[in-house]
Formats: sequence, C-alpha cells, structure tokens
Amino acid sequence: MNIEIYVFYFFSVLLLFSAANVVLSNNAVKSAIHLVFSFFFSAVLWLILNAEFLSVILILVYVGAVMVLFLFVVMMLDVNITALKEGFVKYFSSGLAVFLSMAILLIFFFQRDFDESDKNILVEINVISDDNTENLGYVLYTEYLLAFEIAAVILLLGIISAITLTHRKSSVTKYQNPSEQIDVKKEERIKILSDEDLK
Amino acid sequence: MNYFYFIFNTLIEIIFVVAPLFLIVAYTTYSERKIIGYMQSRMGPTRVGPSGILQPIADVIKLISKEIIIPSNADRGLFLTAPVIMLVPSLLVWSVIPLSEYFVIADINAGLLFILALTSLSVYGVILAGWASNSKYAFLGSMRSAAQIIAYEIAMGFALVGVLMVAGSLNLQEIILSQKGGILNWFWLPLFPLFLIYLISGIAETNRAPFDVSEGESEIVAGFHVEYSGIAFAMFFLAEYMNLILISILVSIMFFGGWLSPFESTFLESYFYWIPGFFWLSIKTLFFIFLFLWLRATLPRYRYDQIMRLGWKIFLPITLIWIFLEGIMIYYNVEPWFSK
Repeated sequence: MNIEIYVFYFFSVLLLFSAANVVLSNNAVKSAIHLVFSFFFSAVLWLILNAEFLSVILILVYVGAVMVLFLFVVMMLDVNITALKEGFVKYFSSGLAVFLSMAILLIFFFQRDFDESDKNILVEINVISDDNTENLGYVLYTEYLLAFEIAAVILLLGIISAITLTHRKSSVTKYQNPSEQIDVKKEERIKILSDEDLK
Repeated sequence: MNYFYFIFNTLIEIIFVVAPLFLIVAYTTYSERKIIGYMQSRMGPTRVGPSGILQPIADVIKLISKEIIIPSNADRGLFLTAPVIMLVPSLLVWSVIPLSEYFVIADINAGLLFILALTSLSVYGVILAGWASNSKYAFLGSMRSAAQIIAYEIAMGFALVGVLMVAGSLNLQEIILSQKGGILNWFWLPLFPLFLIYLISGIAETNRAPFDVSEGESEIVAGFHVEYSGIAFAMFFLAEYMNLILISILVSIMFFGGWLSPFESTFLESYFYWIPGFFWLSIKTLFFIFLFLWLRATLPRYRYDQIMRLGWKIFLPITLIWIFLEGIMIYYNVEPWFSK
C-alpha cells in the first residue's frame, strides 16, 4: 500500500479547490485566506517530494509573513468586489486566450521535457548528506553563491526603493524623537510657584 | 499492521504530552493569579477548595457551560474558525519539543524551522478574530497585534539563527547536546544579547504585559477577543497560556541547555546524576514562566510607538551585529563554545 499517493491526491484536490476559491470568492479577505490555504497545501505536496526545507520555508515566508501583510492591506482597503467583477463578458475572450496559451505551454512542457530530459541535471549537485537542508545550504553557498548573492542584492534594492517611495517627509506625520523625550529636564516641564508668585 | 502500531504508539505519546499540558495551563492561570496577587498585597483566589486550589477547574466548567454569542453581521464561519486557527499551531509545536533525552514525539531534522513556521501561523487567529467580529475594538486590537507580532518575529528568528550557527544543527536534540559541559557552556553566555532579545520578543509575541497593547483594557476593552465568550474565548485563553509555556520551554532549550543538568562537570555532578533530564527542563521552564508573571506584575504597559521602535530599530540591528560577531568567533574557533 502506497500511502503517499493518497496523501498526494487528497492535498492536490484541496489545493485546486482553494486555488479556485481565490478567484471565485466574492470577498477579498476570503480570497486572501484561500490563498493562504493554497500555499499551505502546496507546502504539503513539497513535503511529499522530501523537500522538507523548502516546504517549511514556504510556510514560514509566504504564509507566516507575506500573506499576513497582504491580509492586513486587504482588510484595511474596502475593496468593492462587485465593481471589479462587472466586466466579465468583456474580458472573457482575452482571459480565455491567456488561459489556453498557459495550459498548452504547460502540457507541452510536461509532455516533452520529462521524457527526453537530460537526467544529468538531477545529479549534478554534490550531495553531502541525507539532510535536504544541509545539501541545499551547501550548494547555495558554494556552486551557486554568485546567483544567490545577486538575488539577495536585488531584494535589498526592492526594500530600499519601497522605503524611499513611502518614507517622504509630510506635514501630517507626527514624529516623536525618543532621545529628546528622555532628555527632558524637570525645569522644562514643571514650574514651581512660591506664595509670592501667586499673590 | 505496522502502520496501525505506529499510529497507536504516536497517539499514546500525544496524549501523554497534551493531557498534562492542559493541566499545566490550568494551574499556570491559578499561579498567575496567586503570584500577582501576593506581589500586589492581595490574596488571589481563596474560595474554591483549600486556598483556592480548585479555582481553575471551576473556571473551566464556567467557560464550557457559557453560551457562545455570535455578533450580528459577523462572518460566522471565520468567527468560529479563528480560535481553532489560534490553538492548533500552539498545540502542534509540542510535537518537536524534546522533553527529555529519550522522549520527543517527532525528532525531525528541521525542528527549529518547524517551530518558527508554526509560531508564525498563530497571528492568523488574531487577525481573523478581529476582522470576523465586526467590531471596531476587536479590529483595532488585531491590527495592533499583527504589526507587533510581525516586528518581533524577525528579531526572534534572527536570535534563533544565532543559536543554530553555534549548534550547527536545526534538530532540537542536537542543539541541546551541543550545549553539553556545564552551565558556562550553555548558549546564554556566548549569545547573551540574543538570549535577552529572544526572551523579550517572546513576551511580545505572546501579547503579554508589558507588550499587551493588543488587548489593552483601558483603551480597547479586550482587543481582538472582545466579542468572544464561552468555549471560543477559552480557546484563545488556552492558546495564550500554551504559548507562554512554549516560549519558556524554548528559552530553556535554546539558551539554558534543555534537559541538561546544571551541575555538569562540577563536584556535585556525581550526587545529582540520578535526577532525570525532564526534571531539570521543568525547573528551568517554571523559572521562566515565573519570570513572565513577575514582569506582568511589575512593568507598566509600553506605548505603541515605543514597542515598534524597540522591535525594528533596537532589537533587529543588535541581532544582525551579533550574528556577524558570532561568525567571526566561529571562524577563529573561540573556546569553548565555538570550537567544533
């Protein structure tokens, strides 16, 4: 009995269901939650492929961080979903074209490349232990160090540009300088009046 | 037959962990009320049983028998799933916690990552509870809590990166074993700044005083769970205390040698060798639980902008600098912690 097959089909069905719900749900928050679930189910599928590091990282990064921020934004914005769904007939033909081309591309890829693929690509990596995490770390920091660092720099660039775009001085923002607040002396805030002052 | 045996065995183990855990949670609430009571010159609960010892059981019965009120126009499905989403990750994490040198339900290699991933999920319970309640107080509370949890999770993650750099493994048993050799070999000493940051971020993650702006009673009543009652509220309560115990046990494992004896490589070692590892782990964990209760009784609530500043502008840079320093120390094999 191969239990993995059943696990695979179970979670694949759940994944397809929640992925469809991301598009079909008529509430933006619920769409986001279904997206969270689809990340979760795909993490389970990766786990079946013995990629335990990647699947845990998928949950940690996408579910634990990215989607939380996403949900945060979606909740704050009052998205009117009915207005967004109005042009269904208008966009149907172009949507169908995109869908078909994607589907054909995927089918083409899976039909061709898995049969005739150069299997060397799978064994090119130096395996140093049974542990998926260790292998991945070893390969990333030796053979693919340059690509890895470039990806990191690109991400840093993204962070810096996002901050510069949003962090503009505005007259509305109230900024408190903690060191100024701590440096306050008694004389600046309290004035002790003697009896003569009151008269 | 093999599957059946495996599943049965695991179920027994789960019951052995979860049932005492619930009891400990119940008596953590009791000891919290008693300890804070004495710290504030009060008696705490005294009526149910001798010196109030049965109070948590009375509370449980009360919470179970109360009605769950669902607010009008609330999202019914999400309103009821939010407490479950909050509780399940905090229960699941216990599967990888090594309770002694022999006992851990799932001794997985990526244990530390597993813990990080699961603890990052509990924020969904908070956010969804706040949103589904259709209440402004609840929504404000969940917004505050989400921003706070995200801010401190990063510092917490980096503190654990420091731990795994010294230990050289993501497996919790191996992290404990790499701290062998007495109190001075435990990671609290070489990673002292990271230990403090992990401890403080842990308090912030569990939304406890002095970081409890998400439920700040004087401002937003009870924050994200203001609309919850009965057993649904009890689940939030349970998750909060379970996270409190979890953070305490994680601090003991990561920085205080887990189940290792504190008398290792001293003249007392031979006198205490017969004490099981579980005892030492419990003592350490109970100490940190007490520390959390003590902090709650002592410190006033942080201002919101100060919480954010502490997380992003103080903790995060300190962890980054310390990881860099740690890398240098590992490179030069500084004895006795960083030598392989």
